Amino acid sequence: MSSNLSALFYLISGILFILALRGLSSPETSRQGNYFGIAGMLIAIFVTFLSIGNFGPGFIYVLIFLIIGGSIGAFIAFRIPMTAMPELVAGFHSLVGLAAVFVAISAFLKPEAFGLGEVGSINLASLIEMSLGAAIGAITFSGSIIAFLKLRGIMSGSPITFKGQHFLNLILGLAIIFLIYYLCTLQSSNIFWSIIIISFLVGVLLIIPIGGADMPVVISMLNSYSGWAAAGIGFTLENTALIITGALVGSSGAILSYIMCKGMNRSFFNVILGGWGATDQMTGSQEKEQKPVKNGNADDAAFLMKNASSVIIVPGYGMAVAQAQHALREMVDALKKNGVKVSYAIHPVAGRMPGHMNVLLAEANVPYDEVFELEEINNDFANCDVAYVIGANDVTNPVAKSDPQSPIYGMPVLDVEKSKSVLFVKRSLSPGYAGIDNDLFYRDNTLMLFSDAKKMTEEIVKSL
Amino acid sequence: MEIDPFIFRLSIFILSIFVGYYVVWSVTPSLHTPLMSVTNAISSVIIVGAIIAALAGSSEKIFEVSNIFGFLAIILAAVNIFGGFLVTQRMLQMYKKKKK
Repeated sequence: MSSNLSALFYLISGILFILALRGLSSPETSRQGNYFGIAGMLIAIFVTFLSIGNFGPGFIYVLIFLIIGGSIGAFIAFRIPMTAMPELVAGFHSLVGLAAVFVAISAFLKPEAFGLGEVGSINLASLIEMSLGAAIGAITFSGSIIAFLKLRGIMSGSPITFKGQHFLNLILGLAIIFLIYYLCTLQSSNIFWSIIIISFLVGVLLIIPIGGADMPVVISMLNSYSGWAAAGIGFTLENTALIITGALVGSSGAILSYIMCKGMNRSFFNVILGGWGATDQMTGSQEKEQKPVKNGNADDAAFLMKNASSVIIVPGYGMAVAQAQHALREMVDALKKNGVKVSYAIHPVAGRMPGHMNVLLAEANVPYDEVFELEEINNDFANCDVAYVIGANDVTNPVAKSDPQSPIYGMPVLDVEKSKSVLFVKRSLSPGYAGIDNDLFYRDNTLMLFSDAKKMTEEIVKSL
Repeated sequence: MEIDPFIFRLSIFILSIFVGYYVVWSVTPSLHTPLMSVTNAISSVIIVGAIIAALAGSSEKIFEVSNIFGFLAIILAAVNIFGGFLVTQRMLQMYKKKKK
């Protein structure tokens, strides 16, 4: 196949990838979109085989390795529980990053196969592109591994900070740039290996200071990096499909990080530099511990909700941890039988990744047109009888609206306190991730239900 | 003076960033998780590079160092392609409308 013809086919697969993302604008078109994506991938792979035109023994091995990888991927895809989606996505990002590193290494070792010049005299532009691709790929790989370990609970979710951390990152970042510069003049393979090793280190250092609840930003950011790494390799290989895809994925991840940061009213750098409210958290909590709270049980909750005309459910990460989504759906079914109108309110940063709650609710067969985003539903709290807060905390804290001293001041929150009564399922009165006491606990219209989210919901189902 | 082909690729790249920007803003927030898994799957089109790397060189020496890196990259990318698209499909199947 001529290289012009294959370039046109790569363009087609790039366009199919755009359509795949376009499909996600609504759940109805999304499945079709996914097929576009698959078609784009098939075209890209077939065109590559045809343009190389080498169907010798090497080709057989390529197919074998493709099938091995594919079976592992398919096995994981079918077996993974929906609650484990954040760590799955983090794990997948690490693979893209590592694949980018490997392709860059291969191109560096054998530039003539890619038409990039000879060993020791690789084209300058190609050298810059491949070392950038390798560096970003390596950062994506090690960063995603750390994110994976934190999300999986193998590594503690609490931030790991030490003195001079940011300074060290800065030095290492500058070192990578210097080494790329020297690589271009010296073409030495030792420098190339050093770039990759330092980048692995930067990936680790970049993610360890970031705490569990900031994971939505981290995952989106790594998503973006994996795209830029792919684009870097795309420039090296002069491949349109890779360049288009890299740009799409890169901007997609960047937009998601932006949405997540906005959901917390924090700047991107504030999140990346880590350590949220480490000093503020000690101030308010002591004297507030003494305040009285109203304590309720499942029967009270069932009574309140049964006699309500409308209920809004506010799920958070705690629901995912307790795997309470199915019990929740049973509860809602029982309420609907009693003629109660039920809807769900989702905060942009609820959970550990963008859209985390929506997937879990969809898994529990909650129709997506009962699930609303913050801006869509926030005004409805004033007219609702009961708000059922399950596993969410900071995103409901009214302090974000009233207290300029609070570290979460200005963060958009759900106006839960405006509903006639609030049922707050929580294991204890301990503050949320931000380390701030939630004012909502002590309000007159709040009834605390101290229990595990799933157990409490099941008990409520029984008393309904 | 002739234009360097790099400029054309750069143009494609920058235009694609803009396309991505507008397309992704139109994605409904409830599908942000499938968006991440599908972007993950499509970024594995890096397998194209992996295949070129694996098949580079003469047919007699299939497993030179540069080829081995290519083969490893094929495995990684294939895990992602199959895993990414299938898990996205699995998620999207779950999004249902209210039964009337």
